[in-house]
Amino acid sequence: MDILVQLIVSGIAVGGVYALIALGFVLIYKATSIINFATGEFMMIGAYFFYSFMVMADIPAIPAFLLVMCCAALLGFWVERAILRHMLGQPVISIIMVTIGLSSILMGMAEIVWSTDFKSFPPLFPRAPIVVGNIIIRSNLFWGFVIAMGAVSVFAVLFKYTKVGVAMRATANDQMAAFSMGINVRAMFTLAWALGAVAASLGGVIIGNMGGIQPTLGHIGLKIFPVVILGGLDSIAGAVIGGFIVGLVENIAGGYLDPYVGGGVKDLAPFVVLVFILMIKPYGLFGKEEIERL
Amino acid sequence: MPQITKRGRRRNGSILKSEDLCLAFGGLSVLTHIDFEVAPGEIFAIIGPNGAGKTSILNCIGGFYKPNRGQIYFQNQNISRLTPDRRAQLGLARTFQNIALYRGMTVLDNIKLGAHSHLKTGILPALLYWGPAHREEMALRREVEEEIIDFLEIEKIRKLPVAALPYGLQKRVELARALAMRPRVLLMDEPVAGMNAEETEDMARFILDIKEERDITVVLIEHDIRLIMDISDRVMVVNFGEKIAEGTPREVQRHPEVIKAYLGEKKK
Repeated sequence: MDILVQLIVSGIAVGGVYALIALGFVLIYKATSIINFATGEFMMIGAYFFYSFMVMADIPAIPAFLLVMCCAALLGFWVERAILRHMLGQPVISIIMVTIGLSSILMGMAEIVWSTDFKSFPPLFPRAPIVVGNIIIRSNLFWGFVIAMGAVSVFAVLFKYTKVGVAMRATANDQMAAFSMGINVRAMFTLAWALGAVAASLGGVIIGNMGGIQPTLGHIGLKIFPVVILGGLDSIAGAVIGGFIVGLVENIAGGYLDPYVGGGVKDLAPFVVLVFILMIKPYGLFGKEEIERL
Repeated sequence: MPQITKRGRRRNGSILKSEDLCLAFGGLSVLTHIDFEVAPGEIFAIIGPNGAGKTSILNCIGGFYKPNRGQIYFQNQNISRLTPDRRAQLGLARTFQNIALYRGMTVLDNIKLGAHSHLKTGILPALLYWGPAHREEMALRREVEEEIIDFLEIEKIRKLPVAALPYGLQKRVELARALAMRPRVLLMDEPVAGMNAEETEDMARFILDIKEERDITVVLIEHDIRLIMDISDRVMVVNFGEKIAEGTPREVQRHPEVIKAYLGEKKK
């Protein structure tokens, strides 16, 4: 019983971080209908920026964190303005290929700039794990979860209540109507890319803090696909719940089955669940009209 | 024979003017040499058979189509090269043939979106949602609630999600959203399409009130000829992308080209 509770708690904690990265994906998809296959690499670059600021430039953690957000926003801004804006109106498959190409470019650039060596951040949080009753959570995971949930809440509030958030939702809903309301649709596209990159890179910093960084860190981004597809691609609430489901599934399946098959179940399980859910609900759990989108 | 001018008469008396508008999609010519002028405060109707290019004209005015030739002037300013959102901000509002409301949002939220372009506070305070942005929001909300909702008699449904409303009411909400933009000119694409007699009558009354009480110029496309004859001040008739007549409803109704376009030619 203790093992199950333990697995559930760490599953939820990891899921929260997945939710944040998934949000980076959803923000872009929702506003621009572009599936960004470079989300994982945005994550990885964010983690490297953080490493550079903290270790190479010796900047304290919190300013470094804020700097990462600014740089990520600039990266998203630049990607949209320099590359994707010129792809407007092109077939979806071409745009997807561009984002896949972009992911390779970012990975290659990371290898050139930071080399392929494994790197890790200096300890950011007290090493002692958080203990509640019989449950133990690694402090990096605990704080990562707290930061991720904080960031997700900020994004949710921003979308729900601010003028810009409402304009972005309007753009996602109906571009022609948004134009007619005087909303600068192109600026909203750029903003979506900037915010998406910020969310992904924050997720990258948290993941990097838990397990160290190398240029292939972005491959964790693959796990984000089950998350967003479960959530229905364009729903923020869906991304959060999808994140939790994937975190729980991989932890529980891994915890119970890995000892029997010698590992690997953890990475496999979310995709098995994904296939099953898509067979029953092809639009994902929340990809429906009736659901109120955040 | 009634006198029907082919070219616009006044150069400065117009609030909206199209000069030699030509639009083609590839080899398909959609609009050819469309000239018209809309005087401030009038209801200007564009009629014509299906596929005549009426909606294309609205899309050129709104900035969604880029005409191959010709200019659009709004309040004597050439707006031909402005993006649709800039044109909306200058005071061009639009309702759509197929209702383009945000279905998941409530009536009130939809209407508030219409006032979006008039929120002048910068991005940062708006993001942080404090101070001037908040006060502006509150003032806007009162104005929206008290004025437009009262005006269009939609008090009872303001908190409901749009998707739950019957068609006629959705059309009215879309109109409310356009009015919340406080436009100078309102472009309406088939405002009464699919409405029953009672809903049509209500809408006609609202359009007249918009013109008279709110001093907004209305440009509308409509197939309901009775509505056109009842409420419009001037009518332009297009067929196959060309303007074939313009004048008062009575003049246009008797114009031989119009009769030909609508009823077909007698076999010789």
